[in-house]
Amino acid sequence: MSTHGSAPRSWTARVRDTAVRAMPPERLLPDEQPAYMSSWVYIFGVLTLASLSVIIGSGVILALKGPAWWHYTGVGHFFNSVHLWAVELFFFFMVIHLWAKFFMAAWRGGRARTWASGAVTFLVAIPCAFTGYLSQQNFDSQWIATQAKDGINSTGIGAFFNVLNFGQMYTYHVLLLPVVVVALVVAHVLLVRRHGIVPPLPLADLPKPSP
Amino acid sequence: MKRGRISNRELDRLARNYDGPYRPYDLVKELCVALAVVTALALALAIVFSSPDDPPRTIKQWSHQMPVDFVTTAVSELDGSSDTAGYGPPYNHASTGQHAAFIHLQQWFGVSHPINTPLDYVYEPLASIPGDGPLRAAVAAYRSAPAKMQSAWTTAYADALGKATVGSGDAVQVAPGDYGPVPTMMSALLSLAQSGGLDGDLLTSSQFYETDYTTPLLLMADGGVLTARAQAQHLLGSQWGMMNETGSYPGQVWLWLYTFWYQIEPFSSSANADLLVFLIMGFLSVCLVAVPFIPGVRDIPRWIPLYRYIWRDHYRAQQSTGAGA
Repeated sequence: MSTHGSAPRSWTARVRDTAVRAMPPERLLPDEQPAYMSSWVYIFGVLTLASLSVIIGSGVILALKGPAWWHYTGVGHFFNSVHLWAVELFFFFMVIHLWAKFFMAAWRGGRARTWASGAVTFLVAIPCAFTGYLSQQNFDSQWIATQAKDGINSTGIGAFFNVLNFGQMYTYHVLLLPVVVVALVVAHVLLVRRHGIVPPLPLADLPKPSP
Repeated sequence: MKRGRISNRELDRLARNYDGPYRPYDLVKELCVALAVVTALALALAIVFSSPDDPPRTIKQWSHQMPVDFVTTAVSELDGSSDTAGYGPPYNHASTGQHAAFIHLQQWFGVSHPINTPLDYVYEPLASIPGDGPLRAAVAAYRSAPAKMQSAWTTAYADALGKATVGSGDAVQVAPGDYGPVPTMMSALLSLAQSGGLDGDLLTSSQFYETDYTTPLLLMADGGVLTARAQAQHLLGSQWGMMNETGSYPGQVWLWLYTFWYQIEPFSSSANADLLVFLIMGFLSVCLVAVPFIPGVRDIPRWIPLYRYIWRDHYRAQQSTGAGA
């Protein structure tokens, strides 16, 4: 496909053609879904996405004003509260989403990568939140850091991931780990769109009466 | 009952294509509504419950409120009996750290944040106090004394601290004894800490800006100042642990399984508990990612058919039309 009828074999055209073949617009943003997708349990995925958006929004405001701002201003404390509760909601929704997908055996039909990307997102979100707790600059940070150091150090990771180093933990929290989480979420959503929502398990799979 | 199971391979094939009915679905609208609902929910929770912000403890506070504990900790740093002094990597070579069988990760990664407890917590802070001749002489006497005599002084002084009293100006008073120059050194260090000077001394490095709190936090963790506050806030491992934040706010509740292992044997009494728990959680994490490929685990959804409830409308529609699966 080219934009004006010619057939240039530029790198740009190849990337565009590959992307469109892999994810046609009607698959990326469909305006209809299989009829079986009619349960409240399906909303927890999008609620997780919405929570992540609130986390990023409130986190950007906190980052713009610096790590100490929220300690001495009411507005800062309010945005810190929004950030905290959005994180609690994020994990709450994500865990329900994960359990729901487990009991739907959502990895069927070539969707193992979709499951794996979601599971890895959950696992990476944990240190992302953990470094946030370490970056609070209050007693919680002191206590969590001094308690967590033994576990981290026992694995050798403490040699380059020092939970007692506020500057290092803050960088992980506001940049490195969020970038990974967002990248994983994007990959997960694209995989969902590419492979579609997993169909129901067949009724024939249910237990049969003994003869 | 016998189970008329379809093979996993067949289940996988059946789930690759769907040729049934579709219905209109507005994904963008759903995302916008979800964003509005979650934003409103987060704002409401923030307004109603706010968030905790218990101020950090300082060495100055500690030395005023718990002067005996501070001095006891300082003596343990001086004679090398503190947790940090005997920690091993990444702080020093005093031990090899934790291991599991032949796996010595803590030792293999080495000392990356060197801490010399007598030097960092006693000698260098005392050296920062200007113009104190008797103190200089006391430090010199201690450092030049044989190790056996140093140990006798600090042991006797540490024992006496068990019955110490707190005098005026939050000074520590012990019964008379043969403690050598240790009381002079500890008295000066306590005064430095109570002035706030030790907080600054332990953060100062070769550069002006500093964000690394490793040195002061390790000192405070060796003492009882953080533990006392944590106990009052129900944050000890024997209480709510990391499930809570200060003020009984919810903490990292998603780490419940990680903290669970510390409550049971053999982990609750193992010297290598941290590494063992990390290895278990690492294994379980890999299992979580690999669920689609683990026989038995991937079949649990078929044994516990919650999916019948989730897709009940679909099955009802199938049965009403007589369509089989």
